[in-house]
This record gives sequence, C-alpha cells and structure tokens, in this order.
Amino acid sequence: MSASQTHGHAAAHDHHDEHGPAKGIMRWLTTTNHKDIGTLYLVFSLIMFFTGGAMALVIRAELFMPGMQLVDPQFFNTMTTVHALIMVFGAVMPATVGLANWMIPLQIGAPDMALPRMNNFSFWLLVAAFSLLILSLFMPGGGPAAGWTLYPPLVLQTGDAFPLAIFAIHLAGASSIMGAINIIVTIMNLRAPGMTLLKMPLFTWTWLITAYLLIAVMPVFAGAVTMLLTDHFFGTTFFAAAGGGDPVLYQHIFWFFGHPEVYIMILPAFGIVSEIIPTFSRKKLFGYDAMVYATASIAFLSFIVWAHHMFTVGMPLAGQMFFMLSTMLIAVPTGVKVFNWTATMWKGSLTFEPPMLFALAFLFLFTIGGFSGLMMAIAPADFQYHDTYFVVAHFHYVLVPGAVFAIMAAVYYWLPKWTGHLYDMKLANWHFWLSTIFVNLLFFPQHFLGLAGMPRRIPDYSTQFADWNMVSSIGAFGFGLSQLLFVYIIVKCARGGAKASDHVWEGAYNHGLEWTVPSPAPYHTFEDAPVVK
Amino acid sequence: MAHAQTAHDAGKYYIPHGSKWPIVGAVSLFVMMLGAAALLNGVNVAPFIFWAGFASVLFMFYGWFGTVIGESQAGMYNAGVDKSFRMGMMWFIFSEVMFFAAFFGALYYARNLSVPWLGGEGAKYLSNLFLWQDFEPTWPTNGPAAVGGAFETIPAFGLPAINTAILLTSGVTITIAHHALQAGNRGLLKIFLGLTFLLGFFFVYLQATEYAHAYHELNLTLGSGIYGSTFFMLTGFHGLHVTIGAIMLVVIWLRVMKGHFTPKHHFAFEAVAWYWHFVDVVWLGLFIFVYWL
Repeated sequence: MSASQTHGHAAAHDHHDEHGPAKGIMRWLTTTNHKDIGTLYLVFSLIMFFTGGAMALVIRAELFMPGMQLVDPQFFNTMTTVHALIMVFGAVMPATVGLANWMIPLQIGAPDMALPRMNNFSFWLLVAAFSLLILSLFMPGGGPAAGWTLYPPLVLQTGDAFPLAIFAIHLAGASSIMGAINIIVTIMNLRAPGMTLLKMPLFTWTWLITAYLLIAVMPVFAGAVTMLLTDHFFGTTFFAAAGGGDPVLYQHIFWFFGHPEVYIMILPAFGIVSEIIPTFSRKKLFGYDAMVYATASIAFLSFIVWAHHMFTVGMPLAGQMFFMLSTMLIAVPTGVKVFNWTATMWKGSLTFEPPMLFALAFLFLFTIGGFSGLMMAIAPADFQYHDTYFVVAHFHYVLVPGAVFAIMAAVYYWLPKWTGHLYDMKLANWHFWLSTIFVNLLFFPQHFLGLAGMPRRIPDYSTQFADWNMVSSIGAFGFGLSQLLFVYIIVKCARGGAKASDHVWEGAYNHGLEWTVPSPAPYHTFEDAPVVK
Repeated sequence: MAHAQTAHDAGKYYIPHGSKWPIVGAVSLFVMMLGAAALLNGVNVAPFIFWAGFASVLFMFYGWFGTVIGESQAGMYNAGVDKSFRMGMMWFIFSEVMFFAAFFGALYYARNLSVPWLGGEGAKYLSNLFLWQDFEPTWPTNGPAAVGGAFETIPAFGLPAINTAILLTSGVTITIAHHALQAGNRGLLKIFLGLTFLLGFFFVYLQATEYAHAYHELNLTLGSGIYGSTFFMLTGFHGLHVTIGAIMLVVIWLRVMKGHFTPKHHFAFEAVAWYWHFVDVVWLGLFIFVYWL
C-alpha cells in the first residue's frame, strides 16, 4: 500500500483560517483537533496510571508481610476497588482511545475525526467522571470498597460515595460511547479513496471492532449500575430475593458488559502488536485477512461467554457446560493471532528496538495469561481457582504485560512521529528490561499463591503465603518505580532529541499512511485526501 | 452563503476549529451529577447545585445545537458531513437499544428464571426449601416477602392499548410529514409534524395519569417488588425518551416554521424521525412483554 501524496502538503495551504493551535489553556479546553485530543487522552491516561499504580502499591505494601501492617481493611478494600476502576476506565481504555485519536486519522488518510466537537466532549467528560470518582474517596463512610464489579448486596452498603461512583460510571460510559461512535464514523466515512476495508492497518481494524463492542455493552453497564442506584435509593428490588429479584441477576448483566470489556482493552493491543512485529521483522504481516477475521470472531464470542466469571454462583449444569465450551472456543481465533505473529517473524530480518521488545514481551506474557485463562475456563477446575490470587495473576498477566505493554510499545513506536524526535533508546531498553523483570516478579508468584488457596481482596493472610507475597511486593515496587523512567523518556523526547525521519523505522513501509506525513506530524494532515493505490 | 469569517470550501469535509460547548457541557454535567449525588445523600444545598448544573446543560444544548444549525444553514456541511451525522445518530440509537436491552433482560430473567427458582423449580430449589417455603411463583409478583404490599396491575387493553394506538398514529403522521417535506409541501409538513409532537405529549400525559392511578388506586409502585421495579423502570425510561423525542420534534417543528430544511437536505428531521420510530418500537416491546403477556 502506498500513498500518491507528496510530503510537505501541509505547506500547500497558505492562508486557511485559524489553522494553528490556539494559545494557552484554551487550546486544550476547546480543541477539536484529533492530535491535541489524542495527546490529552494519553496524558490523562498516564496520570491515572500513576494514580491507580500508587493504590496498587498501597495494596502490595499492606501485603508485604502477613498481619495488619499499614491500612485498615475498609481502606484496603477501597484501594482494590478504586485501583481497578481507575486502571480499567481511566488508564488502559483512555490510552487506547488516545492512540486511536492520534493514529486512526493518520493511518487512513482522514483530515480529522469525523465529529471533532464530540471528540472533545468525550475527553472532558472522562475528566468529569474521574473527578467524581476521586471525590468519592473523601466521602463519609469511605470510598467504594465492594470491588470494581460492584456486586450487590455488598455494594449497597457503600456510604455517601455510592451515588458519586455510580454517576462517575455513567459519565465515563457516555464518554466511551461517544468516543466509539466517533471512531466508527471516522473509519466508515473518512477513509482516503482507495483505502478499502481490507487495506486498513490492523490497529485501525481492531479499533473498529472494539468500538462496536463499546457501543453494544457500555449502555448495558449503565443500565446495571442504574438498577443498583434505584435498589439503594428508590426501593426497587432488582437484586433482592425478598422482592422476587436476584443478586445473581446483577452478575449476569455486569458480565454481559464485563467480558466484552476485557476485549475492549485487549483488541487495540492486538492491533498495535500487529503493526510493530511486521515493521521490525521487515516483512508483511503473515495472514492479514485471518487476523481481521480472528479479531471479529473474538468480538463475537465475547458476547456469549460472560458467565465463565461466575461458575460458582450455582448455575444450572447446562449453563456451565455452555459457557465452558464457548470460552474455550476463544482459544481458536486467539491462537490464530499468536501463530500469525510468530509466523510474521519467521525468517524475518529482526531487530530489537524498544517497540519490538515490548511487542515480543507481549507475545510471550500475554500468552501466559491466555493459558491461565484456559485453565479457569474449565468449570470444575475453576471451582478451585475462583476468587483466589490465581485469578488476580491471570488478569494482570493479560492486562499489564498484555494491554499495558502493548500501549508502551505503541508509544515507543509512534512517539517519534508525534514529537519529531528520536527518544533515548538506551534508556528505553532499560525501561523495558526493568519492567519485564519486575512485572514477572510481581505477578508470577501470584499463580502459586492462588493455587495454594490464597483468596483475593484480603488485607491479611495465613503465614504460609508470606514468602511469595514478599517477592510479589518487591516486584510491584520495582515495576512502579521503573515507570518513572518511562515518563522521563517521554518528556525528554518531547523537549528535543535527534531528528526523526518521516519514516522513522526502516521497516515501516507497508503499513498505514502515518509514515507518509512529516515527523512531527503537522497540526493538520490530509486536508486533501491522499489516494491509496 | 458562507462568509469571510468561515471561509470554508464546500467541497471539503468541514472540520470545526475549537469550540467552547464541549467543555461547557462537561463542566455542566459534572456539576449536575455532583448535585444529584448530593441530593441522594441528603445534602442541604444539593437542589441548588443540581438545578444549576441542569440549567447549564440546557444552555450547552441550546448553544451547541444553535452553532451546528447555523453552520448547516450556512451550507458548510457537504454530503460527507451529512453521512457522518447519519451514522452517528444510527449508532447512538443502537446504544439506546442496548440500554433498554439491559432492563428487558432483567425482566426476562426475573420472569423465567429467578422467580421460578425462588418457587423451588430447577437446580436452585434450596432457597425455596430453606427460606421461602410458602412462596408460589406467579407473575406478577412482589416476591416472597410481598415487598410493598398487595397491588393490582394495569390491564393491557385499557389505557396502554390507547397509548399504543397514539404512538403508532404518531409514527404515521411523522411519515406523512416526511413525505410532505420531500415533496416540498410545507403546509402539510407543518400540520403533520405539529400533530406528531402533540400526539407525543398526549402519550406522556396519559402515562402520567396511568402512573397516578397505579400509585393511588392500585398500590403499584416502584417499590412493589420485582414487578414494580421492572414495570416502572422500563416504562419510566421509555416515558423519558418519549418526552425527549417530543421536545426534539418541537425543535424541528420550530425550525420548519423558520423555513429550515429542503427536500434534499434535512438530516435533523430524519434523525428525529428515526429516534421517534425507536421509542415507538420500544413501546411495542413494552406493550407486549410488560403489559400484555
């Protein structure tokens, strides 16, 4: 795929109205520019990553030794709850939305996102949502502490934080839905001539499918938390057996949202890795079409597996069988992806720049998380794993060295395109190795703890779990501190450095149109649509 | 058409440069939701915060839509922008469908699974055996503890059937209005569009009388167990959507009166019409699954 567009088109329009960014704070408050909004999302996500990370460190500090050490159990529960809400809705999702904002218009040759004002609204609504959530921490009765899944009846005991947390979810959901609509419309309506669907870069493809998932399930989540709200304040009994309702109903509705939600976090990561591995293998992606169909299959399957999160609630046997088998089916399209990434590297001319290192770590470590997922998909085995640290280890493997590593890979991959500078590769390598070693030190022992029976969401534990908890906590602090390096590298790169070429990476020739615009990408790109041959 | 201030090439996809409305909207919604939370927590000043936020949300809608309408009238939106708006509206309606799906799902689950289980059917007979031995699973029900006390339900073929007729008629009138718009018959357009929102508000009025009847005479309230919960949440959210849809109809009717829309260029009209058909279809689902069966 190539663009017939010549470089330097930005200079082609001499006097268009108000074309530079506005000055000062108003630029960021009122911007409708996809690059500005992408940057806002990414910076917001980084701040939330450290906020949620600090909460994780409170958890790991408490768990460093058996016995009650630092915080009271209620606050510990608040930390587990809000850490998860922040990381899911405040860090991982906004990071991938930020990448989508920056890269989708550049990859498909669009002048901007299709609905630029709504794009700004999506971002600032997210800030409003997280302001409410953070505020809820300071309410009488403490912050939300029933776990991020907000299961009734426990969650109904939350104090004054309760409505704030619920409304935070409503606003974050509205933000996600509008963001998803924008992404779908941009991709379906603003592709450059010749950029057919099956020529689109995989990052764009995975985001298109992710956006459909978002629109389908965020409203369901909004409905679920609305029922919690009315159960708490207005006397409904959706989740109370006394009135004919059922607490398990909440779990069904929640996980109907929650399972697609985990793919909302990982599909864009799949897209990122599918961009990076070919570049540093200097080959085309192996099995492009299969990758697209596999992504779509995973998205479809994500709607019919939700009850594997609740095998122990006492579901009818037929339900357990169905959800067990449909869950295992996901291994097929996921396997297609893993094998295709591997086959892309086969006989490739590999180099190991930081984006490739993160992508490779993703490949190995995400797969470990996938395998532990398969173990838990087996309903009778899950009776043993359920609510133990094994589950914690599983989803952190797919989320941290999975989604988060892919996001870091994407930042290292596209940062020179955004800033026009190359970053400090040596430091980035340090960042990679420290992160990879510590993340395994952090999460791998949690498999052992879980298999030995340590329950999750507990501030104290039996002494036989002491050793591995200490190792895990050391890993946590190591991983957390290593991320300061990430910030330093980004800030340093934004401020200056060796000039990046338009192409940035020598292998980045057969992918999206982002490599046809100058580095740094001008404020406005593709005002005249390029033609893709 | 487009003047110097917005020297815009009509052949190009229009990209606005900076807008204050989204940030106004985000701040307003923050204040409104903060006020709503404070209201629920019984804080004194809460109503003031909530209504201040609500008023600024209305101000944002007025300003934002006003800007967009102005740009549309100035001819700044080409076919590409029009298509984006259409797709955006379509997916917005889809998200609304999924919101209602959550509540319909709850209704289905309660009627077909959890209530029979509480009555001792299937794999979950233990809760019946140990907790609610005397519970007879019937529908409607307010559960084994008879939450909210005995209540009666609203028969489908009374007011709800009349409401069904009203909404279906309004679906016809808006279609006649649309055909009139396309044929350039503005007189007919004004009458039938006006008729549509009048029918819409009449529907809302009848729903309100039905609610008053339910609360005062039938003892059917939001707190009447799972039946009351599903009944009022489903019909309540639907009524809210009809109200919003009727207000949208009024807005486009006022625009018609001002001479907006051409036979070929009338996205806002169609968007509102789609939305109206959507609330219509949801109502049919309600009529069948909530009132009738």
